[in-house]
Amino acid sequence: MLVMRGIVKQFPGVRALDGVDLDVRAGEVHCLLGQNGAGKSTLIKVLAGVHQPDEGTITFNGAEARPGSPIDAIRLGFATIYQELDLVDGLSVAENIFLGHEHARLGFVDRAAGRRAAREVLERLGHPEIRPNAEVGRLPPAAKQVVSMARALSHDARLIIMDEPSAALAHDEVANLFRIIRELTAQGVAVVYISHRLEEIREIGDRVTVLKDGRTVAVGLPARDTPTSRVVSLMTGRDVEYVFPPRSSRPPGEEVLRVEGLSAPGAFSGVSFSVRAGEIVGLAGLVGSGRSEILEAVYGARRAAGRVLLGGRPVRRGVTHAVRSGMGLAPEERKAQALLLDQSVTANITLGSLPGFARFGWIDRGRERAEAARLADLLDIRPPDTERPVRTLSGGNQQKAVLARWLVGGRRLLLLDEPTRGVDVGARAELYAVIRDLADRGIAVLLVSSEVPEVLGLSDRVLVLREGTVIHEGDAAVLDEHRVLDMIMEGRAA
Amino acid sequence: MSEPTPPVRQAAGARGAQADAARTNLLSGLRGVGELRHLGLFVALALLVAVGLVTRPDAFATASNLVSVLSLAATIGVITVGATFVIIGGGIDLSVGAVMALASVWATTLATQSYGPVVMAVCAVLVGTGAGLVNGLLIAYGRLVPFIATLAMLVAARGLAQRMSDRKTQLVQQPDNGAIVSLSTTRVLGIPLLVYVFALVVVLGWVVLNRTTFGRRTYAVGGNPEAARLAGIDVRRHTMLLYALSGLCCGIAAILIMARTTTGSSTHGDLYELDAIAAVIIGGTLLTGGRGTIMGSILGLLIFTLITNLFILNGLNTSDQLIAKGLIIVVAVLLQRRNLKERAP
Repeated sequence: MLVMRGIVKQFPGVRALDGVDLDVRAGEVHCLLGQNGAGKSTLIKVLAGVHQPDEGTITFNGAEARPGSPIDAIRLGFATIYQELDLVDGLSVAENIFLGHEHARLGFVDRAAGRRAAREVLERLGHPEIRPNAEVGRLPPAAKQVVSMARALSHDARLIIMDEPSAALAHDEVANLFRIIRELTAQGVAVVYISHRLEEIREIGDRVTVLKDGRTVAVGLPARDTPTSRVVSLMTGRDVEYVFPPRSSRPPGEEVLRVEGLSAPGAFSGVSFSVRAGEIVGLAGLVGSGRSEILEAVYGARRAAGRVLLGGRPVRRGVTHAVRSGMGLAPEERKAQALLLDQSVTANITLGSLPGFARFGWIDRGRERAEAARLADLLDIRPPDTERPVRTLSGGNQQKAVLARWLVGGRRLLLLDEPTRGVDVGARAELYAVIRDLADRGIAVLLVSSEVPEVLGLSDRVLVLREGTVIHEGDAAVLDEHRVLDMIMEGRAA
Repeated sequence: MSEPTPPVRQAAGARGAQADAARTNLLSGLRGVGELRHLGLFVALALLVAVGLVTRPDAFATASNLVSVLSLAATIGVITVGATFVIIGGGIDLSVGAVMALASVWATTLATQSYGPVVMAVCAVLVGTGAGLVNGLLIAYGRLVPFIATLAMLVAARGLAQRMSDRKTQLVQQPDNGAIVSLSTTRVLGIPLLVYVFALVVVLGWVVLNRTTFGRRTYAVGGNPEAARLAGIDVRRHTMLLYALSGLCCGIAAILIMARTTTGSSTHGDLYELDAIAAVIIGGTLLTGGRGTIMGSILGLLIFTLITNLFILNGLNTSDQLIAKGLIIVVAVLLQRRNLKERAP
């Protein structure tokens, strides 16, 4: 039904899709697999009309199709249900379902007709209990998912793309989702299904296409009988070799961080571990496994039950206390959460420790600049001009500036969330060396990365997370990527 | 989508970075001479002065006219300094005019006046700071949107001022409390004291914004509150202090307006919030926060005051004056947006 051939999509500085093929048949559930950054999201957006491909052809039911805008895509019969649900919280269920194609006469919305039609669609989905008048913002996640699906159906979609639809759902809700998907496919609707959970794919999927680094590496694998090991090796077979610094030969020092029974409802539960001075501990897991949330909870930026002790003493809740007691966080979204892009490198470096440079609030700018210059030199931030705005630095150097922030005044614990995101290969190796060097100076490091090889290569010890619980803890040197991915995806402890 | 950059692009980036570095050096060199980014404002100001010299050569360049321009600018000027802090910090304070009126009324009640001029001044400052603190608490800890919290304060402070004064204008008692009025009548080097007060507030504001941790944090909180929070800055406390600072400036402005008009009144400072905000915006401060300067705000204010002055000197319609001011705001912001685009990488 849908045939995509040689799709290429180029963004400034990155080839997100580099020749993707996809065949979807009517009435099948076609699963799309691939690691983070493999190009799944970009591919979906091409189908949804958000991005236009630079090369390649798309044919739908034998005719050339080129969705030039989201409206085009909808007219073609493509509907997309995004990972982050794109519903308007303040509007009612019916209004959301028919958003953009309201039942209207002469510009006046016919609300009764809208409600009637909404009720029909919801009944068809097996959810007559969702009232068309209810405000969407007050619905539970599962119900929102149904509303999203109802919207797709209201367009008479022939092809429905679902991006991790089960991520927000509890177990029995997933069963209901599958029932709806089966009904749809029985009517000849095709579903492109994206999920990280292999067991789901085995249950609902018909065929699998695997993407890696923007290319199709396997087309039309049978979803039920392809061995996990084959899928995983297709997803991971790498072109890029990472260069990791050697691990320290010295045994780690005293315990710096101790986390006891950390739990946050819906994110993670019963997480306990410790990090010693000079040790790098990595958290491996998928998006939604709770890895970043754990980091935030340790840092006091997220509410959680349980205890966090630094150097044997409990840390009072709140980021201000965490920073004062010697923690530093390099957050996941460097630009949105860490940097003041218009400010100088110096101002960014000293932001976390301003009082250390000031007397009665008066900043000693000479001392501030000298310290920033020293750290820029230590981490080899280029160009070495610390007065230029941080915006003008490359991603790797921006990340170094964030790291430098926490080297002022001697931190005891660094929390690194995706430290190499958006950093090119050469700069990665440098960052790895910097991080290892910091650990060798006696700082305890807790690392989160969505890239399993990075966690394994850089850490001394690894905790594997799945759906908010630690399923494995062990020496990083004896684990390999396959085993970790197996654990993450199959939910089997090693 | 993350943006892994291939090595080739990085080399090109490095070359661009060198050019950038050269430009930055040039800029920091010029900074000693005068803020380059305020060049446009200086030009606008010079144009207005030229217009004044051409249209009213007799009246414009006189000492008395310039002094009256500065005296007029002083009251709103002090408020503008506070507003600059709030707006750089990512907020907005609509209550400034009303808070100033309340402070002037509170300081001129018979009860307060009986304690003498010093207590009057302290009273004005405390009332202003207190009202600002209420704004700050509502916004930082009550999680009210700044626009709404300060709008409520605008209405309520005016109402309270009317109630306290019984809608009557309260005179500053002379000669007992003449010291207040002398801020406007006593001149040093031909310039009234209240202009010096204004200048002092500007200098202090500049120092606090550019040389202290408070100022640095203001930019951080306005520019990227999440980054500020994760860097360990107490964003809520800082936000609260910003509104308290704005209130403090309103209190000082209340003293100046009592000096200039010899009265305290609930009608003082009507629409001052608009003038102050307009001056800040013309001065290049982003309403979204994180970027801006005291210098720019003061230049913006002087431009506004000069326009008023020119219209009065030439006997032109005040309605036309408002239209001109509206146009200037739009033009200034459009020009700045172009500058921003050029500077973006």
